[in-house]
Amino acid sequence: MSGIPHDHYEPKTRFEKWLHERLPIVALAYDTLMIPTPKNLNWWWIWGIVLAFALVMQIVTGIILVMHYTPHVDLAFASVEHIMRDVNGGHMLRYVHANGASLFFFAVYIHIFRGLFYGSYKSPREVTWIIGMLIYLAMMATGFLGYVLPWGQMSFWGATVITGLFGAIPFIGPDIQTWLLGGPAVDNAALNRFFSLHYLLPFVIAALVAVHIWAFHTTGNNNPTGVEVRRGSKEEAEKDTLPFWPYFVIKDLFALALVLLVFFAIVGFMPNFFGEPDNYIEANPLATPAHIVPEWYFLPFYAILRAFTADVWAVQFASFITGGIIDAKFFGVLAMFGAIIVIALAPWLDTSKTRSGAYRPAFKWWFRLLVIDFIVLMWVGSRGTNHPYDYISLIGATYWFAYFLVILPVLGLVEKAKTPPATIEEDFIHHYPEASGSAAE
Amino acid sequence: MSHADDHQGSRRDFLYYATAGTATVAAGAAVWPLIDQMNPSADVRAMSSIRVDISSVEEGTQLTVKWLGKPVFIRHRSPEDIAHARADDNADLVDPHARNDNLGPDADASDANRTLDKEGKWLVVMGVCTHLGCVPLGNGAGDYHGWYCPCHGSHYDAAARIRRGPAPRNLQVPVAAFVDDTTIKLG
Repeated sequence: MSGIPHDHYEPKTRFEKWLHERLPIVALAYDTLMIPTPKNLNWWWIWGIVLAFALVMQIVTGIILVMHYTPHVDLAFASVEHIMRDVNGGHMLRYVHANGASLFFFAVYIHIFRGLFYGSYKSPREVTWIIGMLIYLAMMATGFLGYVLPWGQMSFWGATVITGLFGAIPFIGPDIQTWLLGGPAVDNAALNRFFSLHYLLPFVIAALVAVHIWAFHTTGNNNPTGVEVRRGSKEEAEKDTLPFWPYFVIKDLFALALVLLVFFAIVGFMPNFFGEPDNYIEANPLATPAHIVPEWYFLPFYAILRAFTADVWAVQFASFITGGIIDAKFFGVLAMFGAIIVIALAPWLDTSKTRSGAYRPAFKWWFRLLVIDFIVLMWVGSRGTNHPYDYISLIGATYWFAYFLVILPVLGLVEKAKTPPATIEEDFIHHYPEASGSAAE
Repeated sequence: MSHADDHQGSRRDFLYYATAGTATVAAGAAVWPLIDQMNPSADVRAMSSIRVDISSVEEGTQLTVKWLGKPVFIRHRSPEDIAHARADDNADLVDPHARNDNLGPDADASDANRTLDKEGKWLVVMGVCTHLGCVPLGNGAGDYHGWYCPCHGSHYDAAARIRRGPAPRNLQVPVAAFVDDTTIKLG
């Protein structure tokens, strides 16, 4: 499949021609910015810009914070307080960075669910989807590593619990855990390497983002109808698309401004809303906080981790057929990572020929249930493990897997989908008859 | 001329294999130090054993000391603790093994195999929940008169054996011994 036909960059001045023959960098920027974009994109398509902005914001504020931070167990906590109290504007920079992680994950969850609803993962956009899931994994690693750096109680115990997940791997787990930590427990060696990797991963994410954009610029954007842009000729393609600049850039920047309005209201007026008070207590290896909770954006998967206790029949069955190699602890770890892997496998699990969920009457309800399930898991992940939370998390985790492993494959075969419009232009005219009246002449 | 005729192996084939083999060994040799540097460093490994004075630990209380970066519970059990623990020897234990580094791996999880002394007054265990490494709360916490892990709700009994919750094993008994009546050596 070749790209959507469109006008390419033509160097005009002598200098442009001179540079273009040596390095076609202006052409690359021009073609990226002027990419034909389906003109029926709705507001769910603005989160890519929010994510790009969040990444840049996190890198800039992060580099600045590093100028004042000390990665040592005796000094880390104090250096963060030094940033909060002594560094000029330091409290603001730290609050922007800490809440920036929440903005980043909030945006990525909407972005992922957007893709799940409109079938953005389906052929030919599987590679874009897989790269996106890699970005999400790198984001989770970065978020976790960054949360350890302030060296508060939640930092320390969060690191202990999460590296303990690797210790659950049969046979080699404890050695891997020791290797990751550089010692028998979370200590200075772990803090130093976490700092190093927390600094590295955002640049890995930036590179993956470039590949992500490259991939969907090759296939073209999906759109709410899931109908492909016509590629027969430039004229035909222009009936379905508008160039990214200025039409979508301005729209996205407007949306970004609204999102940032809310974001900076949170940063300014309730900067610790998403934080845990316990992280303002310095790390103490001899006392666990009464209630360890991860950051809100990890809660759904944390709930799945905890859902599978030794009394669940699936756990007992797995333990029985593997001769006890898979115990409840390792089963929970497998379930947690499995819950993310099934999202990545969605392109091959979904059998429906209809790309967009907007034309799938039954799918819509299962999808809405998945969104509710995600929110319920997030809530139950912040609760204790006693009754009835154990049942709620087990039901929630079961539906999560059922959606991807049973509903997506089966529904595509049995569901009778509605017919999407023939072209994007048709969909656009249907939504904006007055705007299209003159344009269609 | 087809390649099938050349099954003897030429000088060029030999050079390919020799180059690939050398490159593989060189890459492995170059990567190993980059991986091994993350293993515990010499100063971390040097922490071997510590001695703990237990003369001030009252009956029915617990001393928590840090050893190898982790907490160790040294509990001076009361007669009720001992009665609870020994009564539970017959209970349905999740983990039937002693998990005692001073005994062999086949020892069962009876209370006698868990404690440091014959009377069962002293119980020394790692204060690390076998689920995901949190520090359980002590002094009779939980539903079995022992410890309770606040992270994910594992209950341990008065012999620090797992009874309910996601943790798979009893709290580990580290290598420990009495040096004299009031001193315990860990490690």
